[in-house]
Formats: sequence, C-alpha cells, structure tokens
Amino acid sequence: MRRQDSSANPVTRRRLLKTLGAGTGAIVAGSTIPGLFRYAQAQSSEPIKIGFQVHRTGIGAAYGRWYDRTTQAAVKRINDAGGINGRPVEIIAEDDGTDPKRGAEVVEKFATQSNCDVAFGTLFSHVVIGSAPRAGELKIPYFVVSEGHHVASGMLNRYTLQPGITDVKSQVEAMGPFVAANLGKKVAMIFPDFAFGHDHRDYFTAAFEKSGGQVNAHIAIPPTETSFTKYFPKIPQDTEVLYHVMVGPAVLTFVKELGEFFGSSRPELFGFIDSLEAVDISSPGLEFLEGTYFWEGNPRYAQDNQTSHDMNYRQAVGVDANGASVSDAKDVSTYAHMFGCWETLNIIKAGMEAAGYQGPQDRAKLIEAVEAMTELPLSDDHPQGAKIFNGKTHQVFGHQYITRVTEGKLVLAHTTSIEDTFYPDEADYTSQPF
Amino acid sequence: MKQHNLHGSVLAVLFLAFFVMPEYHDGVFARIMVLAVYAVGYNLLFGYTGLLSLGHALFFATGMYGLALPMQHLDMGPVPAFLTGLAAAAMMSLAVGFLALRTTGVAFMIVTLMFAQAGFLTILYFGEYTRGDEGFVIQQADRMIAGLDFSDPTTRYFAAFCIFAAAFLFIAWLMRTSFGKCLVAIRENEDRARMLGYDVQLHKLLSITLSGVISGASGAAYAFLFGYAGATFASVQYSILPLLWVLLGGAGTTIGPLIGTAFAFYLVDFSSEITDAHLLVVGAAIVLLTLFAPQGLAGELRRRLFAWLP
Repeated sequence: MRRQDSSANPVTRRRLLKTLGAGTGAIVAGSTIPGLFRYAQAQSSEPIKIGFQVHRTGIGAAYGRWYDRTTQAAVKRINDAGGINGRPVEIIAEDDGTDPKRGAEVVEKFATQSNCDVAFGTLFSHVVIGSAPRAGELKIPYFVVSEGHHVASGMLNRYTLQPGITDVKSQVEAMGPFVAANLGKKVAMIFPDFAFGHDHRDYFTAAFEKSGGQVNAHIAIPPTETSFTKYFPKIPQDTEVLYHVMVGPAVLTFVKELGEFFGSSRPELFGFIDSLEAVDISSPGLEFLEGTYFWEGNPRYAQDNQTSHDMNYRQAVGVDANGASVSDAKDVSTYAHMFGCWETLNIIKAGMEAAGYQGPQDRAKLIEAVEAMTELPLSDDHPQGAKIFNGKTHQVFGHQYITRVTEGKLVLAHTTSIEDTFYPDEADYTSQPF
Repeated sequence: MKQHNLHGSVLAVLFLAFFVMPEYHDGVFARIMVLAVYAVGYNLLFGYTGLLSLGHALFFATGMYGLALPMQHLDMGPVPAFLTGLAAAAMMSLAVGFLALRTTGVAFMIVTLMFAQAGFLTILYFGEYTRGDEGFVIQQADRMIAGLDFSDPTTRYFAAFCIFAAAFLFIAWLMRTSFGKCLVAIRENEDRARMLGYDVQLHKLLSITLSGVISGASGAAYAFLFGYAGATFASVQYSILPLLWVLLGGAGTTIGPLIGTAFAFYLVDFSSEITDAHLLVVGAAIVLLTLFAPQGLAGELRRRLFAWLP
C-alpha cells in the first residue's frame, strides 16, 4: 500500500502564516478567496482516507492504470476546491492483483489497519463479490465501480454501493431496441464463456426478443482461448447482426481475426467497447470496423456536441480528444468506464457533506445520505451525463452511448434515455439493518 | 517429547495471539490458518510422499463448492454442507488419484494439472449454478451454527484455529504411524519400499485422498468463514500457491506449511506497501530463499539447529 497524498496543496501552513503576517490587507484579501479560506480550515483537520482497491496487476491492469489516473485527478479537484467538509482527501491505494482473495484482504487492511473511512474503486466483478462480504462484516462503505449487476441483484449487502457507473443489465437492455430498429432482426452473439458474457447473453437476448428480434446463435468462447478463428464458422449464414463482446488480453486478436474471417462481406457488427477498451481503434487490421457500431459508457472521442463538463474532465485526467493520454497518443484510455471513479468520488464527497461526516462512527449516516440521492444532473461532478440513483438497489442508472466507426473515429450515433435503462427492482438494501 | 512440546507451543501461540494482535492481524491470521490447512494437505502428498501435484486447486475448489453449492441451492445447513464438501473432495481426490497414479514424475504433474484445468472449466461451464468466474456470496445470515455467527471476527478466528489444529495434529500423528513412515519410505526410495512388501500404489492412493480431503476442508472452511466461492480458487494459480507455501516453509515438516503460508502472505503484504513492483520483490525473495535455504525455513532450521524437528 502506498500513500498518495493527492491533496496537492499549494498553500502550506507556513506559507499561509507568512501570507497572514504580510498585513491586514493581505488577510482581508485572503479571506475573501473562498478556496483559500476553506483550506485554512482543512489544515486543522485530519484527512478523509479513501482506500482505493486498484487492479495494478492481473487481468485488470490496463483498466487499473486509468482508474488510478482518474482517481488522482478527481481527488486533486476535490482537494483544490477545499476537500470534504473542509478536510483534505487522502488516497490509500493498494493493488488487489485482480484477485478476489487478495481483494478481500485489501478491504480488511483498509478497514482495520489503515483506518480508511471508505473503500472504493473496484472494477472486476469477482473481486467485488469476493471483497463485499468482508466490507459488510467490517461495516466499511464499499463504493464499487464495476458495471456488474451484482449490486442491483441483491447479492451483496447494505455497505456496498455502485453510484458512479451503470450496470451491465441496464446497459445491455437499452441496446436491444436500437439494434432491432436500426441494424437487423437476426443476431448472432459472441461472448466470453463466463459470468460477464452470460449476463450479456441473457439480458440482451431477452431485450432483443422483446423488441421483435431473434437471436439465432449464442457462441460462447472459453476464457482461456487465444485464437478465435474456429468459432466464427458457427455464425449462421442468415445472420444480419453480429453482437460481440470480449475482455482480457486477447481482445485485439479476437477483433483482428474477426476481420480476417469476414473479409469484405460482413454482417452489421455491434460490439461492446470492452472488446477494444484501451486499444487504438486505428490499429492495423481494424480497418474493417469502419461503419460498425459500439456501445460506449462514455464516448472515447470528443464529439461535436461535447459538453464543457466532458472538456474539463478530459483536461483534468489528461486525456486528449482521441481518448488517449495527452503525454502519449498510443496510451489509449479506458474512457468508457473510468469516469465511474470520478463520479463515485464526487458522490462520496456529496454524501459525506450531506451526512455531516466526521469519522467512522458516521458511516451509516453516509450510506443513508447516498441512499437518499436521486437525480444527479449533468455537471463537472457527473461529466458522463445526468443520472438517477436508486437508493433501494444501490445502483445508478444513466444514459448509454452508441457510436459508429467513421473515418477511424467513434462518432456518436445514438444516446439512450435514462428510462431506457430501467428494469424492475430486484433488491431493497434499505431494509437491511446496519 | 520435544515434538509434542513444539506442536503444543505452536497451537498455544496461535490461540493466545488473538488476544494480543491488532485487529488487522487477527483477521489475517484467521485466513492464514485456513489456507495453511490447504498447505498441510499439500505437504502430505508432496513433502511426505514425494508426489508433486500441480492440480490441488481442484481439491480445494471441490471442498469449496461442495459446501457452497448445497448451501446456495438446497438451503443445506453449514454442518452437513461442510461434510458434503469433505465427501466431494474425498471422491474427487480418489478418482483423480486412481487415474493420475498410473503415471509418475513429470507425467503425474501434467495429468494433475490437466484434471485441475478441466475442473476449472467445468465450474465455468455450469455458470448458471456456480456463477462461474464471478462466484457468489454465502450470506452472513447463513453462516450461523448453533447461534454462533461465523462472520464474527472472534468466532471466525477460533473456528480457523480449530480446523488448523485438527489438520496439524492429525498430520503430526499420522507421520508417527507405520502408514506415515511408509509414505516417507516411498518418498525416499519407492523401489525399496515396494521390495520390502509395501503396497506402494495403495499407500499413494490413500495419501492423495487424504491430501485431497484436507485441501477440500480448507476450501470449504474458506467459503464458509469468508462468505465467498468463486472459480478463481480453481485456477492454476491456486495449484501453484500451496507448492510455494510448502517450499518456503519446509517440505516434509509439520510446521512448514504454517510458516510458509504466513511468510508468503506478509511478503506480499509488506512489499505492496513499499512498491508497485511488489511481485518483483516477492520473486527476488523466493529466489534468494531457494538459493540459501533450499529446504525451506523449517527445513533449514532442522538442518542447522534442531535435527529433531518433525
């Protein structure tokens, strides 16, 4: 575990005292600058410690790197604006190896050794599910940024929340009507043969058939697979749309082999950007993707209708208009997912401020404050878009974006409404005692 | 006598440690004791019998799912579910042993590895029930026996202690029996043991079955005490870990598995506080230990200081 003091405080106690000693005029000037005044308060307070469970190694490392950068940027912004309740935020980051056992150990460490106020940031579902029981037992609020349906399904506990990113069920269900109306009525699905892929299989199939479409093949690919060519002949001849989603280190191979298989004649392609997250869309061999569609949690490329909020967010995290690092154009971000860290940290801040959070004794109040949240408007705090939080299921709902590859870039083709992503509640965590 | 004192002292220290250790380390040691049971099981086969398996995650996961699936889908109580986990691990290790023991040496390693990989993929294949790689939670309300809440830190610690003590004392006793001595004889010289009239194949089969049951007990206890079962625990990584723990602690020693498991945990835990490249530190430490203490920590103690160390 490394302490990463992200308070980025340009005004130290000594410097502030010098400023005050410079004269009454300076004091007056200083106290009229809100940020400076708030920091004077922050200096006398212990930091809010946020345990950041980060995938630095293992299958989630590419995501973890960008989750880390986004987290540091969000915390810097929060601290620059005076911290939380006048206290600076300190990130205690530790690698969980993208492993559920280590994940649980890291949560224990946050709760009982580092004395963190909350734990935050986990992406991969198996790490969330392996860690959440310990978070519940140790009564530490656990804010996950995972996309998994595990929170809203009721599997976890009252201490686990997902307020910063939508879940796969809502994402997939919102795609069904678009695909049926715009791309074709006969879909073959290719997905990884594990829980994440099964969620796509089950939820998309149901939503698509409800929209009048038909899924004519489910092609599951074992997670250990490194070559995919042998699976493509299973795609039925009459397929109008191929729905693909893949994760892991072999995603680029998968997409390239898909292109080689189809050559110049291909059905419509609809993919989840997970298949190409952190991969340059203009990589050699991906030319065949021109004209195909992708779901994106947040559009990687700055769009014509880019909001000032997205602009500010990109600038703060260090992402250029193409979704790559401003310092290395080949370092493509996980833009579709990482906004979740930014937005979750702003939820934690808003929740702590609403609850008057002072320390671990107020953790239940913090959870109740977050549960009480409903509408989260588009803003610098929520640059991906407006959202609606469901306090009962601890899950947020928001807009989904469908982009089309146009001249080598992902160009926005459709934005779903938030209501498109709704489904009936499957849990009510508020009925669980603390 | 010295051996009895050692075993008693180890257990006394573990018992008393709960009352003096900080909360974090209480939680850590509960997990270490549960996983040390896995290492104890592995040590029986590798350290005492001389059979290097690369597929023990299969037995660990069989115990884990043997407990978790009936609890999740059949509303079975924890005690019968734990026994189901043990029975499943026994049957699995007996079946794997029956087939894998037709091979020796490297082939045995490969065959056990393949069986474990088949088990891992089977868990993924039946994702509808197992939730595959994601796994599932065993709810806190289900982790109660006779009014005792096993998600409570104190109850969990002493439950882990009891399971570890049972495995630890069982192995200490077993290795003093003629059966245990025969296993060591097989490890030292299989042909000679056979020439002396021992049924080597039967002893190996019993060893792998006992080893599988102990490993399965660890898996079942992990799922019950920490509330989670997932396919990750059936992956190759979890077949390598007990080998690593036993090698670090000292193969063929009774306390080696506990020492190795604890050492490996704290090595990761401390090094990850210092650097992001913690795996490099772990790797370097293992290389150094292999070079300068090839028999593991307890093995080296036995070689240099305490020849009586069991």
